Amino acid sequence: MSATSATSKNKQNKLMKFLNSKKVVPYVFVSPFILSFLVLTLYPTIQAFIMSFQRILPGQVTFVGMSNYDRIFNPTFYKALQNTTVYMILTVFILVTVPILLAIFLDSKLTKFKTIFRSALFIPSLTSVIVAGVIFRLVFAESDTAVANQVLGFFGVDAVNWRYNSWSAMFLMVTLASWRWMGVNVLYFLAGLQNIPKELYESAEIDGANVFQKFKNITLPFLKPIIIFVSTISIIAGFRMFEESYVFWETSSPGNIGLTLVGYLYQQGIQQNDMGFGAAIGVVILIIIFVVSLIQLLLTGAFKRSDM
Amino acid sequence: MKKLLFLSLVAFLIVVLAACGGDGDDTAGGDADEVETVGTDLEDATDLTFWTFAGTHADFFASAAERWNEEYPDRAIAFTAETYPFDQMHNNLLLALQSGSGAPDLVDIEIARFPNFLQGDVQLEPLNDLIEGELDNFITERLDIYGKDGNYYGAPTHLGATVVYYNTEIMDEAGVDIDSIVTWDDYIEAGKQVVETTGIPMTTIADGWYGIWPYITQRHSDFFDENGELTLDNDINIETLEFINQMVNEDGIAEMSPGGNYHSEEFYGFMNDGGQASLVIPMFYMKDFTTYMEDLEGKIEIRPMPIWDESDARTVGMGGTGTAVTNQSENVDLAKDFLYFAKLSEEGNIHLWTELGFDPPRWDVWDAPEVREDNIYYQFFHDDIFDILLDIRDDVASVNITEHTPDVLDEIDTNIMHNAIREQSQTPEEALREAADRVRSVMD
Repeated sequence: MSATSATSKNKQNKLMKFLNSKKVVPYVFVSPFILSFLVLTLYPTIQAFIMSFQRILPGQVTFVGMSNYDRIFNPTFYKALQNTTVYMILTVFILVTVPILLAIFLDSKLTKFKTIFRSALFIPSLTSVIVAGVIFRLVFAESDTAVANQVLGFFGVDAVNWRYNSWSAMFLMVTLASWRWMGVNVLYFLAGLQNIPKELYESAEIDGANVFQKFKNITLPFLKPIIIFVSTISIIAGFRMFEESYVFWETSSPGNIGLTLVGYLYQQGIQQNDMGFGAAIGVVILIIIFVVSLIQLLLTGAFKRSDM
Repeated sequence: MKKLLFLSLVAFLIVVLAACGGDGDDTAGGDADEVETVGTDLEDATDLTFWTFAGTHADFFASAAERWNEEYPDRAIAFTAETYPFDQMHNNLLLALQSGSGAPDLVDIEIARFPNFLQGDVQLEPLNDLIEGELDNFITERLDIYGKDGNYYGAPTHLGATVVYYNTEIMDEAGVDIDSIVTWDDYIEAGKQVVETTGIPMTTIADGWYGIWPYITQRHSDFFDENGELTLDNDINIETLEFINQMVNEDGIAEMSPGGNYHSEEFYGFMNDGGQASLVIPMFYMKDFTTYMEDLEGKIEIRPMPIWDESDARTVGMGGTGTAVTNQSENVDLAKDFLYFAKLSEEGNIHLWTELGFDPPRWDVWDAPEVREDNIYYQFFHDDIFDILLDIRDDVASVNITEHTPDVLDEIDTNIMHNAIREQSQTPEEALREAADRVRSVMD
């Protein structure tokens, strides 16, 4: 009895030794990630790719060649692509520039009640987008008595049918996204600002630099890695946007003014039970995001930096 | 070259990882909002699980399970009702049936989604043996909408008879006698009088199917004929959409509904404040009145739909939810018997009215004393609700549902109502023809 337990202990020791050896231990540490990546990301990606060539019904899965891809490039898809692209550009612009300015204000010694402002900006990102969407819908309802239209009325502007015009639809989605993610991006930039040595500002002041020169020559260059990071995730988030449109119109917006690429995937794949077509849309979205991100990263020189 | 390859790989990984590292997605997966259990403490009880998107339906089945366990102690069930958000429940079910595991025993499927579950090899159990002997007692149109190839797969929740709810306070102020409204012409005349004297619109039109489907069905038209051929752009439908357009944009007696439909927070507030004089919607909307529009208690009168001419149906069965038994159930027979007990039997139909305020799909209970007993709906509205129904019973038009119905409903939500009525960027004819072409291209 004791002999067997001794051997099993021995075995265990050997195993531990093997796992602890310098060659193996790094793989042990990364294995949880690798495994979850293989199972939860790579496998579904490959499966989606295969599905995009199939017509999928319960008990009747058939290969249909390229026919899903043949159907993709229709006016509805282009409308979704156009909406998504405009949305992406607007959100990237707003969610990079405004948070930088806000972060600088929040970092300044002159600002009072910093903690309150910081938390006030951050709280929206903790809110459920569904709840936020209901509030936004009520604020931007089409009646004259809705908050937004009352504000317009105060300035003598006519009430707007917010959810039924294409410009105001885009405005609603971008506003909701900006409201939600502003605080998070401010945090990134605040962290970036902490890394800038104060001595640089002091010596710049001695050299007679004004506020804008300091911003342009010290703050911006130091924030560059953060700017690249934030704009990259904003581009990707912009292309895979779904909720901001869903909360206003669910999957059917009037004249498709709120339709996004992922919304189109969801509408066709799940709601219309055409999963093969949905998978094909997903593959196209993946390719689009891949190409755009690659271009963006190359243009900003992200690959040249070792500290990205 | 090697470097570029490496760069591409890095970029690809970033994209895949970022694209997958999602934030909390509120619309997919996840736990039920609410779980209700009955009889889980009983010995030898068989587990039955039920998914729904309406908390009231969960309550309804839970109380049926209690009655079942009292009546059939030897076949006791341990019943679990799980309520999920609408989209999430249907998506989960679709994936569970597609993948062959994870589906519940019983499930509520909404009419617009039902066709999705009748494609391929149907993963639901036929209910024919339960109801075939009693078909005469049902408004059978309500069974057909959940059927395929002669099989019935769904137990209807209500008849969904479309009626007009009049706000008598506004009608009286305008001096209109609602019983004098028989034809749609009368309705328009009354509407003009209402708008003139009170400044309140006669009705509002939804951007979705509520704004067109009841009206065309009343004239025995539909999006599809009984052979499944698309009739979306036929003459009657064009004429009817022109009629809707006339109410909104020419006579000015109707507006587009706030929020675009009749189930949004914006609309409830608007209606509750006396925002419109009448509303054309199925009977099941009673529950919405009593829940969300309490200020209207005692002010609403129900009447049948006006008609164009004598051949029109007096009412149309609209909307609906079919409860189905999935083939993944380990106790198909028990699940079916329980479903019959809860929803298809006479007693079950009586409870559909007393607990949910739905007009039961079995007309043989409309006279039952339990149905005629006083309850909150009679108090909120008036006593003769079922006399109206009995009066128009033989004249219920119903809809044809095909696997492409979801495509048509999407066209209505997205393009038809918006372009033809709200924006007037197209004539009703153009909007319908264009939409029909798009649907046809999917059908081939």
